[in-house]
Amino acid sequence: MKEEVVIGLEIHIQLMTKAKIFCQCSTDYIGKEPNTNTCPVCLGLPGSLPVLNKKVLEFAVRTSVALNCKINQVSRFHRKNYFYPDLPKAYQISQYDTPLGINGYMEISLPESTEKRKIRITRVHIEEDAGKLVHEGDITFSSYSLADYNRCGIPLAEIVTEPDFRSPEEAQIFLVKLRSIVQHLGVCDGNMEEGSMRCDANISLRDAKTGALGIKVEIKNVNSFKAVKKALQFEVDRQKKLLAEGEKIMQETRHWDESKFITVSMRSKEEAHDYRYFPEPDLLPLKVDLKMINNIRKNLPELPEVRRKRFIKDYQIPEYDAEILTSSKALGDYYEKAVSLYSNSKVLSNWIMGELIRHLNEEKVEIKASPVSPEKLVGMLKLMDEGIISGKMAKDVFEKMFKTGKVASQIVKESGITQITDENELIKIVDKVLNENSKSVEDFNQGKEKALNFLVGQVMHYTKGRAKPDFIFEAIKQRIKKI
Amino acid sequence: MTLNQLTAHEVVNLIKKKKITAHEVMQDIFNQIDKVDNSIKAFLIIDREEALKQAKEIDVKVKNGEELPSLAGVAVAIKDIIATQGTETTCGSKILKGFIPPYNATVINKLKEAGAIIIGKTNMDEFAMGSSTENSAFGPTHNPWDLERVPGGSSGGSSAAVAADETFVALGTDTGGSIRQPASLCGMVGLKPTYGRVSRYGLVAYASSLDQIGPITKDVTDCALVMNVISGHDNMDSTSVNLEVPDYLKSCQAGIKDLKIGVPKEYFIEGIDPEVKSALDRALKIFEKLGARVEEVSLPHTKYSLPTYYLIATAEASSNLARYDGVQYGYRAEEYKDLSSMYQKTRSEGFGSEVKRRIMLGTYALSSGYYDAYYLKAQKVRTLIKEDFDKAFSKYDILITPTSPTTAFKLKEKIADSLTMYLTDIYTLPINLAGVPAISLNCGYNKNNLPIGLQIIGKHFSEETILRAAFNFEQNNDVEKRKPSIKPTKHKEAAE
Repeated sequence: MKEEVVIGLEIHIQLMTKAKIFCQCSTDYIGKEPNTNTCPVCLGLPGSLPVLNKKVLEFAVRTSVALNCKINQVSRFHRKNYFYPDLPKAYQISQYDTPLGINGYMEISLPESTEKRKIRITRVHIEEDAGKLVHEGDITFSSYSLADYNRCGIPLAEIVTEPDFRSPEEAQIFLVKLRSIVQHLGVCDGNMEEGSMRCDANISLRDAKTGALGIKVEIKNVNSFKAVKKALQFEVDRQKKLLAEGEKIMQETRHWDESKFITVSMRSKEEAHDYRYFPEPDLLPLKVDLKMINNIRKNLPELPEVRRKRFIKDYQIPEYDAEILTSSKALGDYYEKAVSLYSNSKVLSNWIMGELIRHLNEEKVEIKASPVSPEKLVGMLKLMDEGIISGKMAKDVFEKMFKTGKVASQIVKESGITQITDENELIKIVDKVLNENSKSVEDFNQGKEKALNFLVGQVMHYTKGRAKPDFIFEAIKQRIKKI
Repeated sequence: MTLNQLTAHEVVNLIKKKKITAHEVMQDIFNQIDKVDNSIKAFLIIDREEALKQAKEIDVKVKNGEELPSLAGVAVAIKDIIATQGTETTCGSKILKGFIPPYNATVINKLKEAGAIIIGKTNMDEFAMGSSTENSAFGPTHNPWDLERVPGGSSGGSSAAVAADETFVALGTDTGGSIRQPASLCGMVGLKPTYGRVSRYGLVAYASSLDQIGPITKDVTDCALVMNVISGHDNMDSTSVNLEVPDYLKSCQAGIKDLKIGVPKEYFIEGIDPEVKSALDRALKIFEKLGARVEEVSLPHTKYSLPTYYLIATAEASSNLARYDGVQYGYRAEEYKDLSSMYQKTRSEGFGSEVKRRIMLGTYALSSGYYDAYYLKAQKVRTLIKEDFDKAFSKYDILITPTSPTTAFKLKEKIADSLTMYLTDIYTLPINLAGVPAISLNCGYNKNNLPIGLQIIGKHFSEETILRAAFNFEQNNDVEKRKPSIKPTKHKEAAE
């Protein structure tokens, strides 16, 4: 049997409203002393009641609209009941049979294909986040656990896709684009490592010929873009192997173990929770009027798709560059800031996609916290243009800038890289270059101006960029005349 | 006569006129509590020191000629299911023993602003589940009219405290009759407001779509006085309604000529005590004498109220009470081997049997595969019951029924048989399902000197009308108002 991979995703994004979803507590909880960012409402103390933060609704509508969903003008909250110490009320206020957004889609472009894939969005709904447990020792064997409720009540939007992905790569591409969209919408910072964006996946194999569906396995704890691809690939391989061996696939929930690169069984279908959903009696039905939807639609910020096209048109950069530069909001912002200060947009995109991203990844630094600001990068590029440093030297200067945060000119000065002022010495180098490149000299004499640039570049190369370019320019022209 | 025997409005007026001091009032209140509460057992907690301090503050205000708020110097007892900042709030349950809320319920803040003095917390059926106050983890409360009998429930501590002159006013909560039935059995006035009239913030939830806080008082004027204070929209409760609150004291003043009264025939069938029935008949004649028109009306879905209530209320309760898991506060089992055994032992040991029965019933009603047949169907029937009332109110201004089919029954008489106990609320349950307001007030006594209650039901947010009808009846009732005579008794039974 030839199998086809079938994957669906469930993504939770933390909405960046100022206050939590049902109380006045701040959403800025990371790094705070445990249980200090709480109140009777988010602690679920007896007698407390939830009141919806209207901003949460606005953010969720914005997300739904951007994902081309139909908005249910009346939706409602349900209680999802289960016992766990990170859930102080023992139920999560969520949405069930009438979610806020339904029947949306998002298009993704696949590598090595000009065709777009339409991924259907089943639903977008609003719910509250739970707290966090800290286990003494290991989760499987722990003598006690501590609960931190600071995260309780952080607003979440859950985005559920149809099982439209045919490979782990597609799922990853979707996630990257989704992250960029929610960043551009200003509703979520999309930080998977810190948990502001979290992903669960459903995966099964179906018979490619007959279309007969396979048994579905749910994978949890996939919390980086790399992990998504790895975990899904592991699961595809595991299921294929089982089928090849004539084994059956069990319907179950599996946990991705990031340290061992495997998925492990968490619970079987029989152990699955009965959440006993019922309408939340403490909250009124959620009403969204058409005016609000239209207003949000009208004032939707520029989305990555549109921005990408604008980059191609306005900055004349290749589609590939534009795709990468708009893959995160902060990266696009960085580029736009830089391009407003520097006219060679392609040189800029090369430096950003190359050196900058490489250094950021290596040092695990967010672009917003980059020691090399757009201004500093442009400053360095200008030194290069002025011939003060060569392209090769620039890489060293960039690295030093990244490490020290200093501006390029200061690094150049401190490293003792100054221009050669001895004209005789320069003329010697010019002569040497002309001797070695008689073909270029000939080209120049035949009117090829480009050859001159090449010769200047060669001199720069020998001097490691320390020559004054206009002097070299004139010197070469004069020496050639003499020859 | 001692000052504690007065009504709240009398006390406020006398303090304002400098005839008495708030401090004297409190002394008489606490003297009475010292004298009778060992026999009644209405209170779980008494806060004497704070009350006396507040009384002195009011007396200073009087001395300085400051204007006094509407409940200045009025002792108020609070059912122990309403959160009081810094004071233990147990809901009559072992599982919340030691729980001290860090915040006040909205009604507590409102009462305090109005100058009321909170004197303590009253006994109740555990988590308001019961009709006799026998389901308290801290022992039963006794009816001041006959210490061998129950005060009703679940707000039995509140109604007994008012009846025994241990307080002027008490707050109760009513999910299926828990204010009105004990008010009836203790001869007091009890009002369950329209759902959404009074904020539920700080009321520990039993069944969120049915719960309301309301007053238990000695007369209708006091009831209106307290309703003026506790009613109104609250930003902390999404289900509280943003509607202007009329002056209920003023609304009492008008007459009831031409008021159209419907008497639902379904409320006068088997199970009703003949003495209750005849007291009702006599009361209806008084209404007619006052110019009201009394007619029979039908509420055809009445018979489904009990099963509907016990599906919806228990379903919500199973979720509301899930938070008592021993993790954050309250009782936790001492020995357990893992998380699930901690949950199981904590909840098995911490809850009483009636609470466990209702949690199981509600869990079942919400379970996958049963939801449609039980919870969903109950919601549909609830709509039908509501429509019965809408229809009746298109023709009538108010409806009048007995509050309870019987007078106060004996302790232990019904506790062994849940269904018999559930039937005592048969006249009050439909009102909560419909969300409409209803008041219970005394209309007479049986041959054993036990009070009989009358229930007046109104349209949504028509507390004005039911208070007016109740006030007119109270002023013109031909049965003289009595007070119970309490013979201090030492009770054998200890807390379970």
